[in-house]
Amino acid sequence: MSVGILVVSHSAAIASGTVELARQMAADVQLVAAGGTDDGGIGTSFDAITAGIEELASADAVVVLCDLGSAYLTTDTALDFLDDDVRARVHVSDAPVVEGTVAAAVAAQTGGDVDAVLAAARTAAASEADAGGASRPDGDQPGGPVPDTGAGPADDVAASATVQLVNETGLHARPAAEFVKTAARYEAAVRVNGVDAKSLLGIMALALPKGATVSIEATGADAQDAVDALEALVRSGFGE
Amino acid sequence: MALDTAWATDWVRRTAATIDEHRAELVTLDREIGDGDHGENLDRGFRAVLEAVESGTFDTPGAVFKTVATKLISTVGGAAGPLFGTAYLKAAQAAGDATELDADTLVQVLAAARDGVVSRGKAAVGDKTMIDAWTPAVDAATTAAQAGESPERVLEAAADAARSGAEATEPLVARKGRASYLGERAVGHRDPGAQSTAYILRAAVDAA
Repeated sequence: MSVGILVVSHSAAIASGTVELARQMAADVQLVAAGGTDDGGIGTSFDAITAGIEELASADAVVVLCDLGSAYLTTDTALDFLDDDVRARVHVSDAPVVEGTVAAAVAAQTGGDVDAVLAAARTAAASEADAGGASRPDGDQPGGPVPDTGAGPADDVAASATVQLVNETGLHARPAAEFVKTAARYEAAVRVNGVDAKSLLGIMALALPKGATVSIEATGADAQDAVDALEALVRSGFGE
Repeated sequence: MALDTAWATDWVRRTAATIDEHRAELVTLDREIGDGDHGENLDRGFRAVLEAVESGTFDTPGAVFKTVATKLISTVGGAAGPLFGTAYLKAAQAAGDATELDADTLVQVLAAARDGVVSRGKAAVGDKTMIDAWTPAVDAATTAAQAGESPERVLEAAADAARSGAEATEPLVARKGRASYLGERAVGHRDPGAQSTAYILRAAVDAA
């Protein structure tokens, strides 16, 4: 199943910039920008949204990310004018537009179906807030200490590894996306420095630089395989 | 004058004129508690509407409303486009093929418009939105129609209530739209969407 993504913003620059940002991590996903009014002003365009959905006609499903209020209103209105079979393929996410689009695009890139893409978008804001707290430990040392997530390294941790980031840019956007894509291939629940390893924004919010310590913990049937693959990925420097 | 197709087109003409006349005021109201584009957007929308209505031929008020709806939706660019556009679209459906609106049909048209705005914007009375003008207008029209008033008088009752409703948004805290980000700071300012609703309904009275 292929999921296309439509970004609706009051600003043409925000819509196209968000698409550009997401495309960096999701090169194969169809991403379309519908920003600004028809005369290039600030606002949302019924015609641009309708055209955007049409442009994504080859996708099995379309997820729409919107910014402020009237972007939703205009999108909802555009959907009312679609044929029922087209309408049924389109889903509007209420996630924040930048974070939600990036998370949705990565989920779509990793082969997620429409529910997975919507779920990824939905958790974008929350995971960033969680990880934001986790990435502000009391120390300034790279990566900080592994935060106590309450459960801590619990008894059910089936596999774990600790490894240092060797690539120049640390766990920035592209390596983070690689990390998430790899983690997503496994059934196991994986956490990296206390953050869900399948949450791109959570990992990006850790802002781990070169030299930081990455602590990977996994539980589940294929936990060891997941940890091995992720450890190898980090050691390889993400190909940088 | 009966509420017929000629009335509907004259309503459009008068709406475009009143929105143009009050553009600066609507811009100011929206700048105080919103993003400041309401006057400009609505003015642009109704200019496009006027052009389409002047150049077309229509058999029913409903056909006029439908053209207003599609033009507003595709040209306004802000929340007012989908909101007023949906209002006119639902109004067109309620008016159906009637060549002239009697009092009861007029009430149904106004109620359908209001319900369309509610379903599109998910706002309730007291949220400091155009619903605070629409709902008193529908209530007053219903009462007037039940009292056996003429369509023109029903319309006038609706417009009067919309104006009072718009004024009554001033002390409210906004719960929808850009103004909701302001919290208590929106208190003391009139909602621009409620104000433009009042102007639009007043134009309908003037055309009758």
